Amino acid sequence: MLAILTPSGNLVAPSPLEPDVVRRLYRAMVFARTYDRKGTALQKQGRLATYASFEGQEAAQVGSAAALEPEDWMVASYRDAAAMWMQGYPLELLFAGRTGDERGGSPPAHVPVLPPSITVGGHMVHAVGLAWAARLRGERRVAITYFGDGATSEGDFHEAMNFAAVFNTPCVFFCQNNGWAISLPREEQTKSETIAQKAIAYGMPGVQVDGNDLLAVYAATEEALARARANEGPTLIEAVTYRIGPHTTADDPARYRAGTLTDEWRQRDPLERVRLFLSERELWTAEWQEEIEAAAASEIDRAIGLAEEMVPLGPGDVFASMYADLPRHLRLQQAENMAGWG
Amino acid sequence: MTVRNIAQAINDALDLALGKDEAVVVFGEDVGRTGGVFRVTDGLREQYGAERVIDSPVAESGIVGVGFGMAVGGLRPVLELQFMGFSYPAYDQIINHVARIRNRSRHRFSAPLVIRIPYGGGIGAAEHHSESMEAIYTHIPGLKVLVPSTPYDAKGLLLAAIEDPDPVVYLEPIRLYRAVKEDVPDEWYTLPIGAARVEREGDDVTLITWGAMTKETRQAADLLADEDISAEVIDLRSLVPLDLETLVESVGRTGRAVVIHEAPRTSGFGGEVVASVQEECLFSLASPILRVTGWDTVFPLKRSEHHYLPSASRIAAAARRTLES
Ligand SMILES: Cc1ncc(C[n+]2csc(CCOP(=O)(O)OP(=O)(O)O)c2C)c(N)n1
Repeated sequence: MLAILTPSGNLVAPSPLEPDVVRRLYRAMVFARTYDRKGTALQKQGRLATYASFEGQEAAQVGSAAALEPEDWMVASYRDAAAMWMQGYPLELLFAGRTGDERGGSPPAHVPVLPPSITVGGHMVHAVGLAWAARLRGERRVAITYFGDGATSEGDFHEAMNFAAVFNTPCVFFCQNNGWAISLPREEQTKSETIAQKAIAYGMPGVQVDGNDLLAVYAATEEALARARANEGPTLIEAVTYRIGPHTTADDPARYRAGTLTDEWRQRDPLERVRLFLSERELWTAEWQEEIEAAAASEIDRAIGLAEEMVPLGPGDVFASMYADLPRHLRLQQAENMAGWG
Repeated sequence: MTVRNIAQAINDALDLALGKDEAVVVFGEDVGRTGGVFRVTDGLREQYGAERVIDSPVAESGIVGVGFGMAVGGLRPVLELQFMGFSYPAYDQIINHVARIRNRSRHRFSAPLVIRIPYGGGIGAAEHHSESMEAIYTHIPGLKVLVPSTPYDAKGLLLAAIEDPDPVVYLEPIRLYRAVKEDVPDEWYTLPIGAARVEREGDDVTLITWGAMTKETRQAADLLADEDISAEVIDLRSLVPLDLETLVESVGRTGRAVVIHEAPRTSGFGGEVVASVQEECLFSLASPILRVTGWDTVFPLKRSEHHYLPSASRIAAAARRTLES
């Protein structure tokens, strides 16, 4: 398993990033954690629909997304808000989607990120097609797709991996193995010893990396992206991490896993080791921590405000985006819905 | 008798079936350890073991395809697909294998399995979690399709489905899981598959529906009663086979009908009901049969659900319209 930064903050291999960049990414991880905790809190207040926490997976998402170019395609899942935000997805739209507003799925034109996939597994093939399109159009950009350990059991995972290798499409498969698919532990999801080893069967490299190690995740992703850009084909990355929270706010993990396991993983927290690394180099202080947490909280509050203050969608909006041009029968249904029935 | 909601009634039926017949297995994502995302299979794994209440990897095509093999091989699988929006990866297995094997093999093989699918909106769920696509299953020859809307029916129909020699798609209305409670017998009982239930008698107009929309339809009948319009409410319970006899008797008498469903209108099962009824009683009709349905759109997210789901007032308005002619 590729590792660079140990849980106690020591380097076991050279850092791929300058300390000031590490500091910037630490700040992004703090931001991500603040966002995530706020998401759970808002759901409890009834202000968001079901929320899927990614606590514990910040390094996997921030470290991988940090290696992307701004024009690279990203196709991610419901648990990948931090990665999407890193790639330019506006915070207020992430929140809007979670409040149950379709406009949350509509990022600005320059953001190459698809709305998060709610179906498990269906989106990985899309990255293959996006990457392929980029190559045929002579673009330098590549595609990355994020998914969980559970998603590797879906037939579409197999098809995506096979197509990508057969057609040598410039894409990266980024699996966050967080130990669980709702209540199913990773060992019962697949008998493969690692998820990375599945790559061998398809004829592409597979890399297992400590997913709580920001630097290792960055290094692995950077290398995979470089291969893709050099037209050397796709790579599967398995980031080994842990879902600290419940599957979603509707889930109760006490029904299927021991709290001690979660406590063990808390000891391998992805933020803490970077904090130690920075502290060692006099790049971290308690005041700065407070400052970045406060800045994150206020930026997040601003985004929530924007999401909640969006003019509510009306009865006509259900129809508005179904086709480029609304066919007659839908125009009639739309008129009926807007007129009401007393 | 025990007071049960729909989730509990289904749990009770599964409990009885697992207890009675060694061949019954429950198979699906998260059905074991955590008792299903709706807790419908709660406690069954503790009682019957992980060999018979099986947590599946995340793979719907696999669940149904393997379930098919189990059924042909002599088991009685009760499969769960977590939400209707996630049943689609299994569609090929259902349409090409499960529903055809009896005919393909001229009765030599059959696939007596049940596919339980929670369906429908109204709980502010995430995308793909509110689907009401029953017509994609009713359109498949070789399947039976059931939709209970009460705890009593839920138990009796599920036990009937498990006993049935053919594959049954059993749809569970999500927003009713815990909304209705009633006395449910503790013992084994079955209800006939293919029999509708007249939920409320009336003379002026027949309101035909199923699943979660029974609630809004009942409310509409109340609104109409305030105006001295007497509406008969029929809960189909079984879409395939369809109890045309009960429908024809009712519409033949009232001369007016409205079919109500949550699913999109175009190619919805309502079209099938309207066509079948008018074939039998065109000359008793005083007015065209109307449909009140979901729109031909994607089911919206939480903040717009109320712009989509047919309301009692919309149903009542349609019923009034049939009375105008
Ligand atoms: C096709 C499909 N089947 C089932 C579900 C229900 N479901 C949502 S998340 C999930 C588990 C996915 O686990 P994993 O891929 O490991 O990702 P994680 O949630 O752990 O991030 C399941 C079964 C779904 N969303 N889509």
